[in-house]
Amino acid sequence: MRNTSLLKKVLCLLIFLVLGTQAVAAVAAVAAEPLGKRIVLENGMVLLLSEKHDIPMVTVSMAIKAGNTAASAGQPGIASLTASLLTQGTARRTAGQISSEIDFIGGSLSVSGGDDFASAGLRVLKKDLTIGFDLLADVLMNPVFDQKEIDRKVKEILASIQQQKDEPGVVAGEAFTKEVFGRNSYGQTNEDVAAYLPKLTRQEVVDFYHARYGPKGAVIAIVGDVIEAEIVPLLNKYFKGWKQGELQQPASIEPPRIEKNIVRKIHKDITQANIAMGHLGISRSNPDYYAVMIMNYILGGGGFSSRLMDSIRDNKGLAYDVHSAVVALMEPGHFEITIQTKNESANEVIAESLKEVGRIRSELVAEKELTDAKAYLTGSFPLRMDTSAKIAGILVSIELYDLGLDYPQKYAGIINSVTREDILRVAKKYLHPDRMVIVVVANQEKAKLKY
Amino acid sequence: MRIIKVVALISLLSVSVAAMSFAQDLKVTEKVLPNGLKVLLKEEHKAPVVTFQIWYKVGSRNEKLGRTGVSHVLEHMMFKGTKKYGPKQFSQTVQRNGGNDNAFTGRDYTAYFENFASDRIAISLDLESDRMQNLLLDPKDFQSERDVVKEERRMRTDDDPTSTMVEQMTAAAFIAHPYQWPVIGWMADLGSLTRDDLAEHYRRYYAPNNATIVVAGDFDTKTLLPQIEKYFGRIPRGPAVPAVGAVEPRQLGERRIIVKQQAELPAVFAGYHTPDIKHADSFALEVLQGILSSGKSSRLYKALVYEKQLALYAGGDYDNIANDPSLFYVYAGVMPGKTTDEVEQALYAEIEKLKTMPVADEELQKAKNQIASSFIMGQDSIFYQAMLLGQFETVANWRLLETYVDTVRAVTKEDVMRVATQYFTEDNRTVGILVPTKK
Repeated sequence: MRNTSLLKKVLCLLIFLVLGTQAVAAVAAVAAEPLGKRIVLENGMVLLLSEKHDIPMVTVSMAIKAGNTAASAGQPGIASLTASLLTQGTARRTAGQISSEIDFIGGSLSVSGGDDFASAGLRVLKKDLTIGFDLLADVLMNPVFDQKEIDRKVKEILASIQQQKDEPGVVAGEAFTKEVFGRNSYGQTNEDVAAYLPKLTRQEVVDFYHARYGPKGAVIAIVGDVIEAEIVPLLNKYFKGWKQGELQQPASIEPPRIEKNIVRKIHKDITQANIAMGHLGISRSNPDYYAVMIMNYILGGGGFSSRLMDSIRDNKGLAYDVHSAVVALMEPGHFEITIQTKNESANEVIAESLKEVGRIRSELVAEKELTDAKAYLTGSFPLRMDTSAKIAGILVSIELYDLGLDYPQKYAGIINSVTREDILRVAKKYLHPDRMVIVVVANQEKAKLKY
Repeated sequence: MRIIKVVALISLLSVSVAAMSFAQDLKVTEKVLPNGLKVLLKEEHKAPVVTFQIWYKVGSRNEKLGRTGVSHVLEHMMFKGTKKYGPKQFSQTVQRNGGNDNAFTGRDYTAYFENFASDRIAISLDLESDRMQNLLLDPKDFQSERDVVKEERRMRTDDDPTSTMVEQMTAAAFIAHPYQWPVIGWMADLGSLTRDDLAEHYRRYYAPNNATIVVAGDFDTKTLLPQIEKYFGRIPRGPAVPAVGAVEPRQLGERRIIVKQQAELPAVFAGYHTPDIKHADSFALEVLQGILSSGKSSRLYKALVYEKQLALYAGGDYDNIANDPSLFYVYAGVMPGKTTDEVEQALYAEIEKLKTMPVADEELQKAKNQIASSFIMGQDSIFYQAMLLGQFETVANWRLLETYVDTVRAVTKEDVMRVATQYFTEDNRTVGILVPTKK
């Protein structure tokens, strides 16, 4: 469920101390011309192409239906493991050859797992385009899953999981995920993965790969210095013969029903209480998605403009980072408030958060709050598209969530149609301060939780 | 951060000055206003957005023991309002206009930025010119914001065993230079800072003659420059900023720091004193960093993580975009079942190879290609371009960026071997070990 960086680079912390977290923005609209072109390739894969000729480089972003939801409940972690093994050897290249080739041209190539999808990324200079696609297609179509590479990767993942126990935010998030999602495929935790991987066989990886990787349902967004007449034949050539496995996803397991607040206290000898509180959320296709997103902006998603930030950080000085997030996926995701505060303030911060959740579901938001939120969400659209990688990301989302290539043009209208009454309605419907999972990783002797 | 660091190759005193004839024109307009404010403008019309950044030449390097962290707390207070824009108004004004704003503090600089759709740039001019001179520094806000920074320190450092170890190791590596203390400051210092400390810091360092404005993106230079002059030109020049005279003496033997903390896995870091970007050797050291640690085919990853499976992660980080010489770090996280000693020796073995065997032609070429392509790809982001200009101008000179790629190309394998031999010595290193304790 959570994508935490395994190899946190400590040195960066010495250099930059950014004041706060960036506001979590959503897409707004200004652009007049379409964002890109949609082309179905010979093998059925969908290409979204945005030509951009200012810099001689090409950025590629792919989504393949091979995420956690494509795996059976008994195989936690197999999707991520399989994705990470694709670059570790093919019929034509060893792991070392793959990394040497991409490094030599100063490019990047990666495949990683996710909840609904596996993602592949490629970035190369224009002059190296064919080398790049040769590599990308090779790792996606011809992986060999050498047993030694599987053993190596499993060992690495297990060590990473062990190391992440040192990160209180990860520990809190894992416990939150488990309580909220139970055996649902969005509920895979480090603990589940660590229990399963040592038993995993090579054949399971091979079977997962053959069943899930293929062109049907795969999306490839390409942004950069290419033209359609050049890129389409190239893709048809390199991805020719990519075999498709079965498309049927395993049936999903219902998340547990939560009838009252569940409080999970985890003791760790640390200076801060790491708090994660929330519950099940909505899917991306829920018609209330936009109203929920604006509601969340006002509550805790809107950076320095949000109520939680204003109260807990600005007025009380109780936290550096405080925010709420709505994670909307193919199936219902989650709503979560995340805060770190010194152990002794944990009770106050939880009370304040519950109070704010209660307030937004009992009173209409102020006219000005809604106007400001809309102004930000619609006005910041150009910033959502100011790099190739961001454009590629939006193109992939447009295809996956069926938003339409005119999404940028429609967006402001959608946002501006949301009313204060809508905000109150969705807050009542989707926020449940009496049915929350509240996880607190802290020095419990100092936190003295009343919850 | 990595992509920024990679570009840190340029040497002010470079012997490869000949390469300058091939310099790349970055198409930057430079202007110094009569009050000393430097303005760098880079038009880039590919997207309808603009980034405005203002870089003050002040950071933890300008602090004193007992008052560490003052630059960063002041950065936080810069969002707490002026007479014209009351508390909380800065970020809310920016967001209401569809913009994002933030700031960061380093050892040598404190920088503020806003990113907007291009028609909103005047908001930056108004906000930033106002808070350069009219900050409220309300005593009550100061108390609460100091608490926020303490929470930030707990989150970033105190509850992270590896960060704690690196902080202590860096403190040991410098005995006479302010790079020894952390940018965020020591916890006790944060507790004893006063509002007057901040006011003095603000008066001394927040002046047009100690700042650089960088704007990149979709604007018209002919229109924007007079606007900047209008907003900032009337701010009077401040007194000359006191120079930092500290010089770190040569290290005369290895220093070892042990940090015992509750942790799952050990970690080993070693820092070697190395010159900053104003020194000719900076290029070869940057190429060397690429060879050691750029990509999965790099030496440290390949040897420690892939082949020997001694380390969960391994790399090198050359900290050279700085006013004064800092450290070249090599580091690794120890795999379960392996010892700290094995990992430390494996790191040194890779360093010894660099001193005794010339790197292969292809390996040298690979490192250069990686640096050159990062430079080209970095141009995709106007924010990143402005960051580079601001950083380089603050610690040296933005024009170093123009000769960047060519100067990298001039590095030879002999250069790489020479700098490895000269700087990567036992006597010149400080080692930090994280020793996990039982729970």
